[in-house]
Amino acid sequence: MSKNIVEIRWHGRGGQGAKTASLLLADAAFVTGKYVQGFPEYGPERMGAPITAYNRISDERCTVHSNIYYPDYVAVVDESLLESVDVTKGLKEDGAIVINSAKDPEELRPLLKGYKGKVCTIDARRISEETLGKNFPNTPMLAAMVKVTQVVEENAFIQQMEASYKHKFASKPQVIEGNMVALKRSMEEVKGL
Amino acid sequence: MSIRERLSGNEAIAYCLKQINPDVMGAFPITPSTEIPQYFSAYVANGEVDTEFVAVESEHSAMSCCIGAEAAGARAVTATSSCGLALMWEMLYIAASCRLPITLACVNRTLSGPININNDHSDSMGARDAGWIQIYAENNQEAYDNMCMAMRIGEHPDVMLPVMVCQDGFITSHAIENIELLEDEKVKAFVGEYKPAEYLLHPDHPVAMGPYDTQPYYYEHKYQQVIAMENAKEVIANVFKEFGEMSGRKYDFIEKYMMDDAEEAIVIIGSSAGTAKEAVKRLRAEGKKVGLIKLRVFRPFPAAQIVEALKGVKVVAIMDKADSFNANGGPLFEEVCTSLIGEENIPKVVNYIYGIGGRDVSVETIEEVFTNLDEILKTGNVGQKYRHIGVRGL
Repeated sequence: MSKNIVEIRWHGRGGQGAKTASLLLADAAFVTGKYVQGFPEYGPERMGAPITAYNRISDERCTVHSNIYYPDYVAVVDESLLESVDVTKGLKEDGAIVINSAKDPEELRPLLKGYKGKVCTIDARRISEETLGKNFPNTPMLAAMVKVTQVVEENAFIQQMEASYKHKFASKPQVIEGNMVALKRSMEEVKGL
Repeated sequence: MSIRERLSGNEAIAYCLKQINPDVMGAFPITPSTEIPQYFSAYVANGEVDTEFVAVESEHSAMSCCIGAEAAGARAVTATSSCGLALMWEMLYIAASCRLPITLACVNRTLSGPININNDHSDSMGARDAGWIQIYAENNQEAYDNMCMAMRIGEHPDVMLPVMVCQDGFITSHAIENIELLEDEKVKAFVGEYKPAEYLLHPDHPVAMGPYDTQPYYYEHKYQQVIAMENAKEVIANVFKEFGEMSGRKYDFIEKYMMDDAEEAIVIIGSSAGTAKEAVKRLRAEGKKVGLIKLRVFRPFPAAQIVEALKGVKVVAIMDKADSFNANGGPLFEEVCTSLIGEENIPKVVNYIYGIGGRDVSVETIEEVFTNLDEILKTGNVGQKYRHIGVRGL
């Protein structure tokens, strides 16, 4: 893959919004002028089962339509997946893994099968519960991924998300503020950068 | 100015159909094509199109609904996949032989069993002899553009055949990618109104459609389908040219990628062509003389273009995303080989069945094919011609 392509793999559980997060990241990158791919790996999905989704973000159209085996970054939306899924498989050592967890990165590193690259954590559950009143981990995870990967310029990302929420939640504007706070706090609270 | 957007392949097809505003959609949902009638029915509900949306009880009825509508002089569309297409089988032949230019968005999914929802080409390849024109897309852009062009091809008076617009299930149908859309008025002007010369319910020119055909006439009527498919070659070429002038996106029956001076080549259809281009690019960077031929049109079969493109090639791998279970080779392999018979200096050929039931096809998969072609080129020995790549344990 040429150097100017960033490849991201998302691990989550069915119903948590990992697929949606990958599509939102593609959206944000698209709006800032990038070529994007956002796609889930489909199987017989059901609530709670491990799922995988992917992003390719680049300056030129990427013609490859395969899964991603050597990602630059990995996002883990559910910490319990660390025990059952080889989340760092193929992950580049100069990349990073971002895990939804209240723990510090070094506490989780022993679970990562000797991965030597950067490990980041974000307490997406707590941020989501405090700002949105419910556990919607994908909004904080999305912001954390932007912070860590820098595939989208941070201010442009915030502006784009605000515009997108205003459109998406036109009929319930009261939820926009909470989402915006969740995004901004998540970008500040990523550990391990 | 075209419109810069990001859409999945299914969204792109539904959006194009909205721009076209056909008279009738008869559809029954099946993964992974479900989103097409789903999105389209929202356009209907919102009044963005005035299409008659018929929610039928099976795919057999969906195709029957389209046949009835087209026979009455309306423009009808549907979408399906896999077993849905299989359930239409009988009616696919009726549509083609009644010369009804229905447009079908086929989102390719394997045929059961065992049951599996993922991509290969066994559904539309199985329907290859039904008398339909078949156009395949590499990505969401081609899916959109092919849909824009489909009706101009099928409805042409010299053709009057139904058209299947195929794309790979999930791989492109559910992947969000950048796309350049055309303005509504440009699409409408390009596609135009459907004004068939003959149709049922015409008070001055009553006709019968689909009656019993006896031995003295049946063969002649089938031969007219032969002529129509032959005529489609020129019509498709002209529609591609006109679309290129309008959109800036130039298409042909086949796409040649890095074929100049290529000694090794692969012939492939659909989304994996994009993945294979990356493999070709990498190998070219290493100085290897490799190239790729992508088929965009499978019916009518572009034999002349393929023969021309393979001139000078020494060894070629023909890639089939469907098996024929004939213990000899896949459908694309057999037709490429048939096209080469009688030509001089033909390349050595080998067939790979690949990507069955969603088995992922990576750049490395294609590189492995080229490594095998290297070996054939070096030794001159083809060995087993009918191969399966990506099967665990082989």
